[in-house]
Amino acid sequence: MLEQKEKEKIDHILKKYDYEKSKVISIMQEVQKEYHYLPQEILCYLAKELGISEAKIYGVATFYENFSLEKKGKYLIKVCDGTACHVRKSVPILEEFRKILNVTPEKPTTEDGMFTVETVSCFGACGLAPVCTINDEVHPAMTPEKVRTLLAELKEGIDEN
Amino acid sequence: MKINSRQELEELAALYKKALECQKKQILICSETACVASGSLEIYDKMQEIMKEKNIDCVVKLEKDPHEGVGVKKSGCHGFCEMAPLIRIEPGGLLYTKVKPEDCEEIVEKTILHDEIIDRLIYRDNTGNPYIHIDEIPFYAKQTRIALEHSGKIDSESIEEYIAIGGYSAMAKALFDMTPEGIVDEITKASLRGRGGGGFPTGKKWSQVLRQEEEEKYVVCNGDEGDPGAFMDRSMMEGDSHKVIEGMIIAGIATKAHHGYIYVRAEYPLAVERLKMAIESAEEAGLLGENILGSGFDFDLQISQGAGAFVCGEGSALTASIEGNRGMPRVKPPRTVEKGLFQKPTVLNNVETYCNVPPIILKGADWYAQFGPENSHGTKAFALTGNVNNTGLIEVPMGTKLKDVIFDIGGGVKGGKFKAVQIGGPSGGCLCITPTVDHLDMHLDFDSLKKIGAMIGSGGLVVMDDTNCMVEVARFFMNFTQNESCGKCVPCREGTKRMLEILTDITEGRGTLEDLDKLEELAEMISATALCGLGKTAASPVVSSLKYFRDEFIAHVVDKKCPAGQCKALVNFRIDPDQCVGCTKCARNCPVNAISGEVKKPHSIDVTKCIKCGACMENCNFHAISQG
Repeated sequence: MLEQKEKEKIDHILKKYDYEKSKVISIMQEVQKEYHYLPQEILCYLAKELGISEAKIYGVATFYENFSLEKKGKYLIKVCDGTACHVRKSVPILEEFRKILNVTPEKPTTEDGMFTVETVSCFGACGLAPVCTINDEVHPAMTPEKVRTLLAELKEGIDEN
Repeated sequence: MKINSRQELEELAALYKKALECQKKQILICSETACVASGSLEIYDKMQEIMKEKNIDCVVKLEKDPHEGVGVKKSGCHGFCEMAPLIRIEPGGLLYTKVKPEDCEEIVEKTILHDEIIDRLIYRDNTGNPYIHIDEIPFYAKQTRIALEHSGKIDSESIEEYIAIGGYSAMAKALFDMTPEGIVDEITKASLRGRGGGGFPTGKKWSQVLRQEEEEKYVVCNGDEGDPGAFMDRSMMEGDSHKVIEGMIIAGIATKAHHGYIYVRAEYPLAVERLKMAIESAEEAGLLGENILGSGFDFDLQISQGAGAFVCGEGSALTASIEGNRGMPRVKPPRTVEKGLFQKPTVLNNVETYCNVPPIILKGADWYAQFGPENSHGTKAFALTGNVNNTGLIEVPMGTKLKDVIFDIGGGVKGGKFKAVQIGGPSGGCLCITPTVDHLDMHLDFDSLKKIGAMIGSGGLVVMDDTNCMVEVARFFMNFTQNESCGKCVPCREGTKRMLEILTDITEGRGTLEDLDKLEELAEMISATALCGLGKTAASPVVSSLKYFRDEFIAHVVDKKCPAGQCKALVNFRIDPDQCVGCTKCARNCPVNAISGEVKKPHSIDVTKCIKCGACMENCNFHAISQG
């Protein structure tokens, strides 16, 4: 069951979209912005409120790559593997992130829940290839060495807090 | 500010134009994704800060009253992304490249106040030739900009500047001087073809929607630019949002539709933000909403955000996604023009197509016909990326030769030797130079490319050199399409999976000659039987690489070698005994202890132990380790 406070938050989002069934994608996007993933009980609540079946909302949520049913790390690292980045050698960058953080495509989030490493088809920032984003901030012209520096900086920030 | 009539719009445009001309100088700071990532917004803030300190009158927002200040603006994409962040200073078209916040003070002091040019910030080509004015730079000199005509020249967040340069006057002309049939005729005569890749005649599409008798119709803009390596539509949505909106309103007038949707992919947050801002200001100005300019015509516009599915670029999948469903294509007919969004007749065009509409309406089909070949007039925007010196956003007349794009505009290949260019993304093919084929003189237009099994697609041009392995690139595209296959039809769902398995086997040294025939057989089957465009074209990159680079495939399956040295499983690392000084660094860095040797004597690699991670080569200070 959802707590009252959470319910209010979700109701607010639903209201913004007039409880419109066809806006389910936008609604889930807002929920995900809030929680960084789509918690199961919220999906069930959304289905009930929008008057659609749980199977349908699950179907939509799992169809689109941006939705996640699992919790993601505090720092979401997305490595672009679009064509332009790929031919400018994005794979070594992805491998470096995975190697240092000890994550795999199957298990993309670190044990401590701090980092998640994913790939993205294309950010459209091909002029700066290869690129990655960390919590939506774009880092241009990446190299494996820059990966090491970036992660060191982030980890330092975590330790300080 | 509500504009109630055409006359009011014209008067306002004259006022804004005067105000714009009155600005002594304009600093246009590129603020689209690539430049923002390189720090252009800091430059924008810093410029204002410095002007304030120096008591210089700085105009951030264009007002009706003429105001002699220095305009500081966030502009759309200047195109030359390789040199980001970019600043253009008007009048005079001065372009500064790779500007840093530290340079701002000097720019204001020297260039703005004293008209001096700062030598180190101007563009220089490979040979060191300096270029002061933007139009002289070879990257720009060979371009013709229609869809991108305003990008980089006006404040992308200001409806006032858009109106000042004649914005929304094409819409007014369509509303008051033309009939819906007249607009459709003009677009048909202009032979504008869909810029999303299909190349379907836009006029024909519009006339089919106009014919439908339903009351409710929709205009939809496809901004789901999913092709990896393409970013033309993003730049247009970010840099000239009002033009996209104006094009859509004109489509609404022409087809008697009153509701519009712009579908933008989730990876483009800045485009969504700018479009939202533009829709709001157009609504406030009465250019969207009820009774536009007192004409009695209503049109409203909404943004619908994608959530990461390439297949949603396909018409029926896109409308399914706007309706809140899984974005899966359906069997056609009925076509989108008959039963599209919410089962109603729908005009569905791509961003770039809409951007071509206002200039055609304003200047006429005859003017438009001067660009490009018969049956395919106008220009095409391309995202020039990959291993090319000048990456960026370009626009050239349809039919421009490939070599002009790569060598004149793109400045040639970065480092290596030109090998191929991938055009049309995961649905396209490659144009190349091999011992038997030379595509450099190829004309880039819909029909010429179709003849050789490639397609313009949405306009991604990814340049590859001899360090790129064509087999690996074919595997890369198949991996992409396989991931993005929605799973509805068997040929695409299973076929792409099998092709990917075979390609992976080949890149990992397990391929056989028989596999090449199997690939061709599967490709033919998938394109003949798949349900939608994604499936039908899924095999194109493989077919095209097999056609032009069969030797490379054979090297992988017969000799178990990757000529470009990209396929790790086929690469062998080797230490050159003449170069090796025996520093032991490689041996210390090898994770599997595959390197042995005495100190100060050449080392060697045990290939049976080597896992081909490349750590030795990366760490060698003497370039003694090579792969091949």
